[in-house]
Amino acid sequence: MDHFPTNWGRPRNDGFDAYGTYPIAQRPYNGLGNDVFSEGVQRTQQPIVTGTSVLAIKYKDGVMMSADNLASYGSLARFKDVQRLHPVGNNTIIGAGGDMSDFQYIQALLDDLMVEEFTEQDGHALGPGEIHEYLSQVMYARRSKMDPLWNSLIVGGVQDGKRFLSYVDLLGTTYSASTLATGYGSYIAQPLLRKAVEGNEDVITEEEAVKILEQSMKVLFYRDARSLNKYQIAKITGDGVAISESRSVDTHWSFADGIRGYGAQTQ
Amino acid sequence: MPDMVTLSYPSPSSKPQQRQFNPYSENGGTILAISGADFSVIAGDTRQSEGYSIQTRYAPKVFRLTDNAVLAVNGFAADGNMFVKQVRQRLEWYRHAHAKDMPLRAIARLIQTMLYARRFFPYYVYNILGGIEEDGSGAVYSFDPVGSYERESCRAAGAAQSLVQPFLDNQIYFKNQVALPGHPHPQHLPLTTVIQLVIDSFTSATERHIEVGDGLEMFIVLAKGSPLYGLENIDGVQEMTVTNEGERIFVVRRNLKRD
Repeated sequence: MDHFPTNWGRPRNDGFDAYGTYPIAQRPYNGLGNDVFSEGVQRTQQPIVTGTSVLAIKYKDGVMMSADNLASYGSLARFKDVQRLHPVGNNTIIGAGGDMSDFQYIQALLDDLMVEEFTEQDGHALGPGEIHEYLSQVMYARRSKMDPLWNSLIVGGVQDGKRFLSYVDLLGTTYSASTLATGYGSYIAQPLLRKAVEGNEDVITEEEAVKILEQSMKVLFYRDARSLNKYQIAKITGDGVAISESRSVDTHWSFADGIRGYGAQTQ
Repeated sequence: MPDMVTLSYPSPSSKPQQRQFNPYSENGGTILAISGADFSVIAGDTRQSEGYSIQTRYAPKVFRLTDNAVLAVNGFAADGNMFVKQVRQRLEWYRHAHAKDMPLRAIARLIQTMLYARRFFPYYVYNILGGIEEDGSGAVYSFDPVGSYERESCRAAGAAQSLVQPFLDNQIYFKNQVALPGHPHPQHLPLTTVIQLVIDSFTSATERHIEVGDGLEMFIVLAKGSPLYGLENIDGVQEMTVTNEGERIFVVRRNLKRD
């Protein structure tokens, strides 16, 4: 049933105004894209090119975050030089797991936002708190449209001399803690991070923080089949943000020879 | 006619695919509220979890709305935070329009309409509202996700509802207890008793439910002109209101087991 009286008695798709009524603009649009078949348009995707875990901890001078450089296409290690840590402004870094094209869209969104805020010239800059609030509203709005941005994001930074570390994901779920990990890292690295960091946030030095993250990235590389031994570490302190060059850790696989019990074995 | 082909649009092969994105999640935790003659206690644990993973050990579920209303929110955390944000905005608009805080029963009705407005895409959230009514009595309102609500004197909701509510039925409503002749069950319990019941409820729920733990946050709302009932002797109690002219709100935090 067509509930629009202006439509009654008309051809179902009047590209032209057959009866010369005015104004044309007030009659519903019956063209392509506005019909019942528009349901066929793909809205909810599944993640295609994906990044795996992001890790982050608070330490004495600020926040430290790490993510590897891999963007996978299913089980294929497709892109091996992708940066998943993205600076926003002068004291915020966001780290992303999940769909990399959605992440690039978010980067563009944030860059637009920063330009808009800069042009105000009001002496205010967005800090990690505002960036996180903005992102969580965007993520929640998209999930409510059943058209999510398929990411887990960690926002870290320093604002007014205080450390900030928060999470937001495709459902709009948010939380903050002194250690955060996304994806596989939330199962494998999070317990290690909590053991090392909880209660010691004000004691851990930069060197120790790097060690903790390196160790966790190594464990992840050993166990997460979608990870890469090439990753970056970012730090955010009162002085600003710094993202390292890509680096790797020494791994030893000689033990693998002795493993028996799964996979094909000759004896 | 076998030689004819039925033309259909869209053709069967290009049928719209069933979408399978689930916009909801469940984030554990438990909330609880008990009202007395001239006070109300609203509490919740601070753990937020998904499945077997603890997301954080401190994510507040209990929020002070006005000087005489506290709202506890449990279920899908993203919906909960958004809902509280919107209730607060409506209360701010009310304050600007009427130069006073919205009364508790009006907040309760507001929450119902806000929840029912989303009847066909609900906030997946159980709400418990506690505070002081205009007549000075302590009150608790509990809601389901689509807005059904009633005033009660005690209610537990969330992951450990099935553990806590029977305990409350027994200790608050004296269910399955027979009064001694000449000693009827009291209509209202004193504040110190209620606080102890709340703390015991949460330590017990923490023992037996994996989604409950880490921390307890308990808000106490006292009616205008009410004595402190020994509240000042409770360890680590903090006052949230700035004057003692009207209703007063206090908060008590306790550690719960983190395993």
